[in-house]
Amino acid sequence: MDFSLSETQRMLAETTDRLVRERYGFEDRKKIIAGPDGFSRPLWAQFAELGLTGLGIAEEHGGLGGTMGDLAVVAETFGRALVVEPFMPTLVLGAGTLGFAGSEAQKAELLPQVVAGELFLALAHGEPKSRYTLAHVETTATADSGDYLLTGAKAVVLGGDAADRFLVSARTSGTKSDADGISLFLVPRDAAGLAIRAYPNIDGTRAADLVLDRVRVPASARIGEIGQALPIVTQAVDRAIAYLCAEAVGAMQALNALTLDYLKTRTQFGVPIGSFQVLQHRMVDMEVALEQARSMAILACDRVDDPDARERSRAVSAAKVQIGRSGRLIGQSSVQMHGGIGITDEYAGGHYFKRLTLIDRTFGDADHHLSRFAAAA
Amino acid sequence: MDLKYSDEERAFADEVRAFARAELDPAVRERVLNHKRLSKEDYLGWHRKLHAKGWVAPNWPVAHGGCGWNAVNRFIHEEVLAEEGAPPIVAFGINMIGPVLIAFGNDAQKRHYLPRILSGEDWWCQGFSEPGSGSDLASLRTKAVLDGDHWVVNGQKTWTTLAQHANLIFCLVRTDPTVKKQEGISMLLIDMNTPGVTVRPIITIDGEHEVNEVFFDDVRVPKENIVGEPGKGWTYAKFLLSHERSGIARVGAAKRELRRLKTIAAAEQVDGVPLIETKAFREKIAAVEIELMALEVSNLRMIAAEKSGQAPGAEANMLKIKGSEVQQSLTELMMEAVGPYALPFDPDALEPGWNGEPIGPDYAAPLAGTYFNYRKVSIYGGSNEIQRNILSKSLLGL
Repeated sequence: MDFSLSETQRMLAETTDRLVRERYGFEDRKKIIAGPDGFSRPLWAQFAELGLTGLGIAEEHGGLGGTMGDLAVVAETFGRALVVEPFMPTLVLGAGTLGFAGSEAQKAELLPQVVAGELFLALAHGEPKSRYTLAHVETTATADSGDYLLTGAKAVVLGGDAADRFLVSARTSGTKSDADGISLFLVPRDAAGLAIRAYPNIDGTRAADLVLDRVRVPASARIGEIGQALPIVTQAVDRAIAYLCAEAVGAMQALNALTLDYLKTRTQFGVPIGSFQVLQHRMVDMEVALEQARSMAILACDRVDDPDARERSRAVSAAKVQIGRSGRLIGQSSVQMHGGIGITDEYAGGHYFKRLTLIDRTFGDADHHLSRFAAAA
Repeated sequence: MDLKYSDEERAFADEVRAFARAELDPAVRERVLNHKRLSKEDYLGWHRKLHAKGWVAPNWPVAHGGCGWNAVNRFIHEEVLAEEGAPPIVAFGINMIGPVLIAFGNDAQKRHYLPRILSGEDWWCQGFSEPGSGSDLASLRTKAVLDGDHWVVNGQKTWTTLAQHANLIFCLVRTDPTVKKQEGISMLLIDMNTPGVTVRPIITIDGEHEVNEVFFDDVRVPKENIVGEPGKGWTYAKFLLSHERSGIARVGAAKRELRRLKTIAAAEQVDGVPLIETKAFREKIAAVEIELMALEVSNLRMIAAEKSGQAPGAEANMLKIKGSEVQQSLTELMMEAVGPYALPFDPDALEPGWNGEPIGPDYAAPLAGTYFNYRKVSIYGGSNEIQRNILSKSLLGL
């Protein structure tokens, strides 16, 4: 048994740590979010230079290869710095999904562009009424003289503001909650009939809602077998959750550090507030919550590519429950111990609280994954 | 023992409800019910209607233009109006400085300020907290030095709610640095338009501007604008903070928000089943509803005791703790209820008169922001940790 980082992971950690230290301070981040795209394209180019946009992509397509454990190292650093660039949507949901389910032609065309930092991807799966149920797809794909016509709506597509290509799920058969009959298609951003409404999320990341009105794509745009995309989407989302767990650990660690520093430096009644036992115990609970979350994030990243789908989803759901609960406890406790400053826009603490809260809402909250775990037990 | 309201009290509740339904601007009501932004005029328009009816100051004696109601009627009035979606009465004049002036102000101050509070002509804000003085309020450092006929004030206040609307601020200032910290504090009434007063917005993580910093740079305040005696400011502040506690638990507003939570949970679907019918979420709603039931009866016990002449003590601190927890649970569950639609940030949708296309369901836009914002309710007015410190002394003798 060995929980230490590999040599590659140590290098990744050093590289990304240095990058966010130099380029992603809290004030830099504010400017990036306020900019025209809501994220930094120059920084994305730097990700590419450093090889980060090749992580998890096979060497034959120009990538560095690597496991979810490697991506998790980046995720944790990005969590500490609250990086808003659409890394998870492009690398994990986009390139990752193409990597295990795309055709050779799709991979050969798109993955080198992702590695080069020239292509953003997004998975457009969730719908206005699907909530967290992955099998709930109402968008339809109808065969039409060798092509498909896609019609429907997609909701809160992460990274959908920037995406050049979308991986869009649609029903080729069955009704709205059937496991069978869902197919996945590549749709370019400028496709006729595709309307994109991009917006910021409350944590500074970005998303979009899509409306598809008879969007025509060729049969070659389909990812995987016809009607068999639910397992692909489930695996893609499980991998995204594993990434988010690692990101959340980074955010929790940073928020705990800020809070502990505040306990040591804020004085009231002539003493540091960290001398009050009620706050000491609360801070200890936050540290314990962080370590429990870290353990489960490690587990999720380890199991997420397990060929046994049940084993994989149990570990991922368990981790998401733990991350949701730890993030809630740490976020709320941090605000309470900071007092008013904890919810001001100009202080970093509240932004971690927001990110952690939204991670719990992304791809299923703690309640959702508790019942998924219980059902898989 | 009789847990029911009397016939007279029920008739009074009906009267308050009928008044709210007849007089409350439906657009304002809609904004309150749906957590939209309220303008200064939204607050003031309703304030003036209550004033015209003679109902704006339930807690003031009749002699000063108040209602002179007992604790039960005050509670009914506040609860029914909150349930009906009325904007809250802005507390700084009616519930805070008004009672202080009635108890400790001189005749000139009462004659000048009280009618202007009632009419809504003056909007007060509260200058207590400072960057270095939160829970330890008595350590405040804003100082006032007498110079001829004026106090010269220098320092900074923070978390000043709605100072952007205010023309007056009541301030705790240090007038004597040589004595015990509580004994060197005085309360000054300061015109916000005096040279040297600067208001700087504090934006909270929901993107809203509700609180401010207020800076005082050689601000000259007429000598007579002190409340009561120099050095007694701490006594007046404690009076102010302990006054009118019957509404501290916000039971009426919580009932209104519970209804809203149920409406949202009924509209949201999980695999074709309304969220409110799923076991996990239904039980979460039930748990907060039970807390609220307990809170309401506890509140009624307190006001019944108050009506029979007992001053509220530890009960108010308990109600503050439990009331804040209930409000926070409700906002959290509403955010949970909308699932992925908690993510989008659409501040324009909170603006009065906005009629754009919502992102997701039309009730979604304010929910995450309100959850973040409401973390404040266990911090302001004495954090829940401070409430517990008080209770461990006053209730347990520890």
